[in-house]
Amino acid sequence: MYRYDEIDRAILTDRVAEFREQATRRLAGLITEDQFKPIRLMNGLYLQLHAYMLRIAIPYGALTSAKLRKLAYIARTYDKGYGHFTTRTNLQLHWIKLRDAPDILEHLAEVELHSIQTSGNCIRNLTADPHAGATADEVDDPRVWAEAIRQWSTFHPEFSFLPRKFKIAVTAAATDRAAIKVYDIGLRLHRAEDGELGFEVLVGGGLGRTPYLGSTIRKHLPTRHLLSYLQAILRVYNRAGRRDNAWKARIKILVSSLGAEEFARQVEEEWEREPRDGVDLPDEELARIRAAFAPQGFETLPPVSAAFQSAKANDRAFARFARHNVKPHKVPGYAIVDVSLKAPGETPGDCSADQMDVVADLAERFSHDEVRVSYEQNLILPHVKLDDVPQVYAELEAAGLATPNIGLISDIIACPGLDYCALANARAIPIAQDIAKRFADPERAEVVGELKIKISGCINACGHHHVGHIGILGVDKKGEEFYQLTLGGSGAEDAEVGKMLGPALPADKVADAVEQLVEVYMRERAEGERFLDTFRRTGMSPFKEAVYADAR
Amino acid sequence: MPTLVKWTGADAELAEDPFTAVDDDQTLPRGDVIISLTRFQAEGEQLLSEGRKIGVRVEADEAVEALAYDLPRIAVVALVFPKFRDGRAYSAARLLRQRFGYEGQVRAVGDVLREQAHFMIRCGFDAFEPADGSGPTDWAHVAARFRHVYQRAADDRTPAFLERQG
Repeated sequence: MYRYDEIDRAILTDRVAEFREQATRRLAGLITEDQFKPIRLMNGLYLQLHAYMLRIAIPYGALTSAKLRKLAYIARTYDKGYGHFTTRTNLQLHWIKLRDAPDILEHLAEVELHSIQTSGNCIRNLTADPHAGATADEVDDPRVWAEAIRQWSTFHPEFSFLPRKFKIAVTAAATDRAAIKVYDIGLRLHRAEDGELGFEVLVGGGLGRTPYLGSTIRKHLPTRHLLSYLQAILRVYNRAGRRDNAWKARIKILVSSLGAEEFARQVEEEWEREPRDGVDLPDEELARIRAAFAPQGFETLPPVSAAFQSAKANDRAFARFARHNVKPHKVPGYAIVDVSLKAPGETPGDCSADQMDVVADLAERFSHDEVRVSYEQNLILPHVKLDDVPQVYAELEAAGLATPNIGLISDIIACPGLDYCALANARAIPIAQDIAKRFADPERAEVVGELKIKISGCINACGHHHVGHIGILGVDKKGEEFYQLTLGGSGAEDAEVGKMLGPALPADKVADAVEQLVEVYMRERAEGERFLDTFRRTGMSPFKEAVYADAR
Repeated sequence: MPTLVKWTGADAELAEDPFTAVDDDQTLPRGDVIISLTRFQAEGEQLLSEGRKIGVRVEADEAVEALAYDLPRIAVVALVFPKFRDGRAYSAARLLRQRFGYEGQVRAVGDVLREQAHFMIRCGFDAFEPADGSGPTDWAHVAARFRHVYQRAADDRTPAFLERQG
């Protein structure tokens, strides 16, 4: 895990001092809300429906126990005792007072956290594979590169006023757990035929009102040129991206209007013209960052744990947890343990301060002090000994954090929706709760198998509905909440944008419709098929017929 | 005459502005002027031969590359911020300084706010016409906020990754 040095710390301290000064000027009435707005937005402070919302960055989703405890402390002291983990692996606190914000930032800085670049038209907080450093299927640790990008993009003088917000995701594994195809820039680390480590560079993915999957503009970029290449992409975008219409200002629109090939040509031309020295990191700095992520403290263990096996054999609930929430680790005798924030009936992604403390304690005792946040709004203990998994499970279970539903129908992504957000057209949380309750029986959820439901309360698509196996979009019809369903989307390595099922449904029909869709799938599915596979084989009609049968 | 704040490399100071900014539909006054890129392309040759100093105003949607050949003869390039949120001029300033080696004045005009001082100076701006009533003290204050920077830009600040090597 990367630790701040004197320089990182000084930059953050200076930022906190700057914001305190700005907030003091605002509270004293020396500047107006209009003048203050861009300033607070640069510090992740939004004015929402009921209060200020503070969005705290969790760079590449990586937390330590100290960081998580601090988040718990802040949620308890300055908010209502809980926080909301988002699809961008940030934490949002929805009930903040402006006068507390400078103190909160100071608390965050103590544990190397902040809210820098969590809003505004700049390079936002990075996302990376939450299994980084733990999964066997990665060719390198993507956090090394995520940290390099974090530093390079922080207060970037040229790219802090882009046409629109800009999001980058990094993975180094074949299985895409970072949704890189729906990002402004998606980076996939791989090895070329000659063994050289490099990035496949995808540009122009994104959701929102016009969803696109990213296009590969370079198949293999040697890792040492990452930052100069990013600079070239950002410069082309900063100069040529549309600024006349916020809905057409994302890079996906530029890439789509120029064509990926022409966009790539312009990037290559810019990249060739610019000296790379001084932009690309020297080897010494890369080595320094890499050393911070070196595996540490792993014991030599047998690959099979007697304690784990016997717990599985003797406890059906634990066995189910092991099937869905425990993933293989690259080190024999260890496992990656998913902590579900999707207990049926609860708000997806919400976590109470007490629960944060529980996870922080478990991380400290059993997971090398590390916790990850996934874009699917769950937490992860990345380095747990198989021997310890039964104990970890018992403590998670006691805290309501052991729902065995990772990847299943009740593991729903949902944005905060109209319950909190000023942009939303409809609520997302109650819809998620309705559906999860229908499938609360873990046996039933398990029989249905992998099924990803994603819900957004408006077209901005924070809930990633376009890439849900079942996507649900809240729309406003003459003041009433309606929901548009899409099927067949995926945000993983087989990424696809979902297709519209039919006319939007009223709120009280959505969970019924999901049940009908599941019934069709259960009826139609062939051996080994997930919901997504069956849909791809049968197409829309059987699903559409079932849901709209009554209407005909 | 608008306030002109100049960055000396270490401090900000108030400066006399010898240039008159002239719109395309205005008659040219005597002396040093800042004119549009279009007007420069039409009349620049003539004006330079009169021995005046010429500044060129480049709008956010115009490419500084159009000036590359003339840069040695231009005293000021005034880059326009139509809104402070429009960040195209930051790229333009870096290109002027780093790609074309321009050594004249790079001036920020338009919706120019003190909160942007740090970014502007880092990208190579050295003169500002603030639109928010701010003066040199404000600009110096904002410019000095950060003791360290992460990237190499058009200024001479040493990025963190080089500071770390000692």
